[in-house]
Amino acid sequence: MLGYYIDLAVRSLKRSPGLTMLMVLAIGFGVAASMTTYSVFRAVSGDPIPWKSSKLFVPQIDIWGPKARQGGTDTEPPNAMDYNDAVALMRAHRAKYQSAMYHISPSIIPPDRSMHPINVGGHAVYSEFFPMFDVPFQYGSGWSASDDTQSAAVVVISSKLNQKLFGGVNSVGKTLDIEGKDYRIVGVLDNWAPKPVFYDVVNTGGFTTDFEDVFLPFRRAIDMGIANDGNTNCDEIPKGSGFVGLQQSTCIWIAYMVELDEKADVAAYRDYLDGYFREQKEAGRFSWPVNNRLRDVPAWLKDQHVAPSDTQVSLVVALGLLIVCLVNTAGLLLAKFLRRSSEIGVRRALGAPRNAIYTQFLIEAGIVGAAGGLLGLMLTWVGVKSVAWVLPKEIATLARMDFSLLILTLIVAVIATVLAGLYPTWRASRVQPALQLKSN
Amino acid sequence: MQIKPILAAMRRHKAGTILIGFQIALTLAIVCNALFIIHERIARVSRPSGVNESNLFVITSDWADNSSNDNIDAQIKADLTALHQLGSVQDATSLNSFPLHGTGWDNFIRMTPDQIHMTTDASVFLADEHTLGTLGVKLIAGRNFTPDEVQSLTIQDMKGWPAIIVSKDLAKVLFPNGDALGKQIYASNNNTPSTIVGITDTLQSHMMDSDDNAFAYNAVLVPMREVGTGYVHYLIRARPGQLEAAMRDVPKALIAQNRMRIFDPDDGEMTFAQVRAKAYERDYGMAILMGIVSAVLLAITAAGIVGLTSFWVGQRRRQIGIRRALGATRNDILSYFMTENMLIGVAGVVVGTLLAIGINLWMVTHYDVARLSGTYLLVGAVVLLLLGQGAVLAPALRASRVPPVEATRSV
Repeated sequence: MLGYYIDLAVRSLKRSPGLTMLMVLAIGFGVAASMTTYSVFRAVSGDPIPWKSSKLFVPQIDIWGPKARQGGTDTEPPNAMDYNDAVALMRAHRAKYQSAMYHISPSIIPPDRSMHPINVGGHAVYSEFFPMFDVPFQYGSGWSASDDTQSAAVVVISSKLNQKLFGGVNSVGKTLDIEGKDYRIVGVLDNWAPKPVFYDVVNTGGFTTDFEDVFLPFRRAIDMGIANDGNTNCDEIPKGSGFVGLQQSTCIWIAYMVELDEKADVAAYRDYLDGYFREQKEAGRFSWPVNNRLRDVPAWLKDQHVAPSDTQVSLVVALGLLIVCLVNTAGLLLAKFLRRSSEIGVRRALGAPRNAIYTQFLIEAGIVGAAGGLLGLMLTWVGVKSVAWVLPKEIATLARMDFSLLILTLIVAVIATVLAGLYPTWRASRVQPALQLKSN
Repeated sequence: MQIKPILAAMRRHKAGTILIGFQIALTLAIVCNALFIIHERIARVSRPSGVNESNLFVITSDWADNSSNDNIDAQIKADLTALHQLGSVQDATSLNSFPLHGTGWDNFIRMTPDQIHMTTDASVFLADEHTLGTLGVKLIAGRNFTPDEVQSLTIQDMKGWPAIIVSKDLAKVLFPNGDALGKQIYASNNNTPSTIVGITDTLQSHMMDSDDNAFAYNAVLVPMREVGTGYVHYLIRARPGQLEAAMRDVPKALIAQNRMRIFDPDDGEMTFAQVRAKAYERDYGMAILMGIVSAVLLAITAAGIVGLTSFWVGQRRRQIGIRRALGATRNDILSYFMTENMLIGVAGVVVGTLLAIGINLWMVTHYDVARLSGTYLLVGAVVLLLLGQGAVLAPALRASRVPPVEATRSV
């Protein structure tokens, strides 16, 4: 019977090519618009480290107090750390893994002296950064805890920089001139560019086309005076001058993350943070109550508004477009099905049960949906390719057509069209055979 | 035209009527909001920067070696001297940031030293005596900086700014009576006052976030060369018509001064037109996207009306024939379908207006969108009604051509 219904549906659709085309176009455009905006939305609101994001936390300490807030309902503590607190938390070492991080942009003199010096982006981090974020290595590994304490001259570079400077060969053990000093390369990253850049959203806004090319030991970078190239926020002007003055100040410029595997560890870390605050308060540093935060990665990304609201608005509007397309299809299917009232009447009179009518017309709706889905697939492909035209580069490059999007496009198209076909089909199945036969 | 028989006929095909009405309502709701977003973005993009943007470009020099601050200061001075000597260059200045740049330094402005909450926020441009000339921004009161006033310091070493120039809009926020010149404000983070020595014409800040819209035209110019940051922006005004030549000459001249510097291949050198395009790329993108969505929506709704009305005309050929046989003119038939569509359209527009307001209110609370203005609803409603009438015209004309003899035929 199924083959027969499909045959019937194709015949019926061919009978009114204009109407069929209109439905297919509507579904195609509606689905493509939704899927294109969804692909962007998915890219910006994705979980950058899904297997671990609920175990990674960002501690925030209210070192500035209420006077630094613009008043009103804002009760959020600063979203980064000052140097002294970051170092104190590192020294206490209360989590399984932890790292203070700051953004650097050192210059590199390529080993090939005929090349011009280049500026690279990167972070000064502690050794636990690499195991904490499961950073993949192509060659070598991160540095050791003793390299941290001894502020060793070691560096981890990206595969891209390795390609550029050493032609992609294993460069572990070679030296690299960074800001006029020699560093030993201990590791070369595999392709690693989590989006959003969850470990430093304050400086990157989550999305950036800048590449992370070097990772240096935090202490080493501080000792060498490799200045912070990220944001610096101050509640008062630093007393000391230069980068050293910044380290002594209450300005915030350091990102900090910890890994806490168990619920008990999270609670214990919260207690530790609160205890740390009280200790400082007793020492006379703060005059306000405890107001700390410990958010995991998803909560942190949400709090920092990493997903641009434009992409959400676009998704909402595109879904609206899809709904209009479905209402439109429902109307057209209704017209199409009821036009065949006499045919339905004949079939019913000859003994076809209502279910048979249901099946026949839902199959017809499904075929329209599948055709719309195929068109939608092509248009989505075009859409994903051309988002660069309407979106900033750092976001547009994230949107891509993959297998799951392909399947989703087809499923959405078919299910949506069948849904739109439900009411018209129900109406068709209610056609009174006697009435139709009589009027002829 | 009698409406009663039309309403009676509508009752016979309720579902189709409701679907078309609902589609019109949804289309109106979405198109109104989309057009409003486009309007907001275009208004944002077309606001003036105050800068004379033609013949202007920016080159960013990153220092490749770890020179001392004194060396960097000497290098910036030497660079600027070299730039001023180029034939294609009219004027040049060093800056920490510039209008439309997106990143930079903003400081809370206070009127008294012990004030807890800020009066407003403003861009801090670390400028020299050439900055206003290079940007093409005129002073409307007071004086420009003198060469002697411009100090070279790291941000941390600044102990106060005795003389500052402020933008017109900032002056107005701080001193609504228009007597800002010569007054003192607290613009730096420490508790020394700054005297306003000059007021510029309109000058946009570096801040591009829509959160910062209230501060978009607040700028403070401080006579300072910033060292200790690892980079410097040079803004350069080419002689009229010599922008390309200047953009070729300047990197060469700078490299000749000192090879240990880096120009980012992507955005190391940008015309101000490129700066502007980059600053507003999200807004352009959003406007284009909303435009596409609106066009597709209107097209689909129009096509849907054509499709469904054609079906109704086909279904009612016999009735139309009877009416014609009983003396109805072609015009009567035409206006029957036009009126029917108008009735559905009006109902749809009423529901759609409520929906549009609802969607807008929801977006206002969740996203960064302003309240929908009534004009958009009105324009949207008129557009949709006209669209409906236009779409129904072809099937209605076909209906009016149904001959009276159709009454005698059985289907």
